[in-house]
Amino acid sequence: MFDLSEEQTMLQDMLARFWSGPAETQTWDALADLGVIGACFPESHGGFGGTGRDIAVVFEEHGRACAAEPLIDMGLLPGILLRAAEQDLKPLIAGKTRYALAHGEAASRYDLDWVETRFDGTLSGEKTVVVGAMTADKILVTARHSGVAGDAAGIGLYQVDAGAAGLTSTPYRTADGAQAADLSFTSVSATPVLTEAYPALQTAWAAGALAQSADCLGAMAQAAHMTREYLTTRQQFGRPIGSFQALAHRLADMMLAVEQARSAVLMAAAAFDTAERDLNIAACKNLIGRMGRQVAEDAIQMHGGIGMTEEYALGDLAKRITMADHRFGDTDHHLTAFLDLSGATS
Amino acid sequence: MELSLSPDDQAFRAELKQFLSEALPHELSEKVRKHQSLSKSDYEYWHARLNEKGWLAVNWPKSFGGAEMSATQRHIFEEECALAHAPRIVPFGLSMLAPVLQKFGSAEQQAHWLPRILSGEDWWCQGYSEPGAGSDLAALKTRAERDGDHYVVNGQKTWTTLGQHANMIFCLVRTDPAAKKQEGISFLMIDMSAPGIEVRPIRLIDGGAEVNEVWFTDVRVPVENLVGEENKGWTYAKYLLTHERTNISGIGFSRAGLAAVKRIAARVRDRHGTLNDNPYFAARVAQVEIDLMAMAVTNLRIVSKAAAGQAPGLESSLLKIKGTQIRQEITDLARRAVGPLAQVFASEAVAGSNTELPDALDAGHVAASYFNNRKLSIFGGSNEIQREIYSKAILKD
Repeated sequence: MFDLSEEQTMLQDMLARFWSGPAETQTWDALADLGVIGACFPESHGGFGGTGRDIAVVFEEHGRACAAEPLIDMGLLPGILLRAAEQDLKPLIAGKTRYALAHGEAASRYDLDWVETRFDGTLSGEKTVVVGAMTADKILVTARHSGVAGDAAGIGLYQVDAGAAGLTSTPYRTADGAQAADLSFTSVSATPVLTEAYPALQTAWAAGALAQSADCLGAMAQAAHMTREYLTTRQQFGRPIGSFQALAHRLADMMLAVEQARSAVLMAAAAFDTAERDLNIAACKNLIGRMGRQVAEDAIQMHGGIGMTEEYALGDLAKRITMADHRFGDTDHHLTAFLDLSGATS
Repeated sequence: MELSLSPDDQAFRAELKQFLSEALPHELSEKVRKHQSLSKSDYEYWHARLNEKGWLAVNWPKSFGGAEMSATQRHIFEEECALAHAPRIVPFGLSMLAPVLQKFGSAEQQAHWLPRILSGEDWWCQGYSEPGAGSDLAALKTRAERDGDHYVVNGQKTWTTLGQHANMIFCLVRTDPAAKKQEGISFLMIDMSAPGIEVRPIRLIDGGAEVNEVWFTDVRVPVENLVGEENKGWTYAKYLLTHERTNISGIGFSRAGLAAVKRIAARVRDRHGTLNDNPYFAARVAQVEIDLMAMAVTNLRIVSKAAAGQAPGLESSLLKIKGTQIRQEITDLARRAVGPLAQVFASEAVAGSNTELPDALDAGHVAASYFNNRKLSIFGGSNEIQREIYSKAILKD
């Protein structure tokens, strides 16, 4: 039950080869050509996968390679929303049309239903941390046509051209190296995509949380691997520092944390298309948040100063692991969700 | 036990608060509060204000022109300065080199170098760590060979904080390669403008470049720049390290940091009201606050045992471990508090920086600050080394 299918093994091997290749070949178009975007979606919608396990395989390799391409934000999330609207995914899967999703707002934190941006024929409002906004052709925007922030009903999904009049952007880099922007909409013309988008947003959010967890797992495994290598090669006091028990035990705890994280991702992936989806996603994301912090902090600590330099690959991994806890709900958010869903507080 | 302040100490605190409200410019404290990198002149300005008041050299004896504050006063000073978001006092000359010169330097060295530290004429940096000598500092390889009335220095130092601003560096160098590793080390003061010195910045994961590599190629150093005796440098180095750990508990920084976390959380909407009303987040903050309350007393208990102008001994390892754990935990709370906005990376030192972002939560610096402060448990003797020092001492018969 823990083995990958033949197709999944091939996908994993292909991704490992792709990410170990030259950086200049690792583009969005190359990902599309390889079928990596398609692996996120079922055959019924023009893809080649789309199960929880497929998503986990793709993103674990993505995280291990510390890949820069925003595959969650510009592939997985828009695809799930467009699929819910019965739209053709081929242009997305082929890499011909690039989408970004503008959903989060300054006050929304991790609450999916906190949408204040309005739609009353045109769009007006502010969105924050829109990853990929500057390279997207189309921007999918959530906005409220009725009700108030905090209502699940009344949230629609709209499509806007990247260069639309009334849309302004403030671009910046995120801590994990992505390009993002805050977007401001003033009476922007938009095409309705979904009238009631909340159920599709929940599915997209769950897929995003699974993908982010798998991505974090890949980065954690790589950080642990680098730490193991460092402890066997770095000499102080005339011997490898891994021969000091204080560090050896910490490395053992780190490896244990990675194994727990791997199990949590497997569990969430297996439950992805079942009624237990949200409970397992909450459990996974909470555990990944806690284990990720341990792995990122201990990896830097055991490397010492070199682990804090921009030049050395560990720093980017540590930032990626840490930032995973700032997307799709953090440790506390998912602890609360788990308590609600498991009935422990009822 | 009396935990409240004496009338004298209360008066000192009042005078200090008054001074900070008058002497510390708002633009400068805002830079500190937002974790923006300070320029050389920012530091020099603040040092000069403190020096005018006689409060720059808090730990120096009066005989050398210092403030010779009591342990309690130092505690108050550090706390109030941190709460006011004053720039930190750059420690390399004032609290690292100076105590060594005062104890081991010649009268000529004291008369020449100490006033220049107070006046700001010299900016010192520290040449201790090397690529192969981190926790194992005594493994250092930088060579100093005697040639007439000079030493000729070759080698590389690293993690030299603010070395880009310095005109002088104090270094541990190997003068006797045949001796046991702790016994062939000397303590040299080197002019950074000497031919053969190259400073290269090291960029860190928070985007800043506060540390440097310093390379020495046939650098000629006059023998009068040797501190104490040749090959006795390890003794001076260890003495310096105990002073480096003064204020390592960073209680003031922690208090200021915790207050900032609560200010942020009060402005973050949560389904309970604000984030301060969220029981999970509030519990995280409360636990750190409780640790900090006890830590402040631990700190005072330990530093008050040390004589005025002196540093605590072995217990400074305890202060370093617990103090840095608390400070790091607070940077973790800050990044949690801003939630998804922690992704916005506004490190000022990054090209194309985000400092102009409209940023209602001041969220832009918290991730950078979290990553930057990983250094606290690594530098000045890593926390593992501190545990080693402390456990060896308590397990000794």
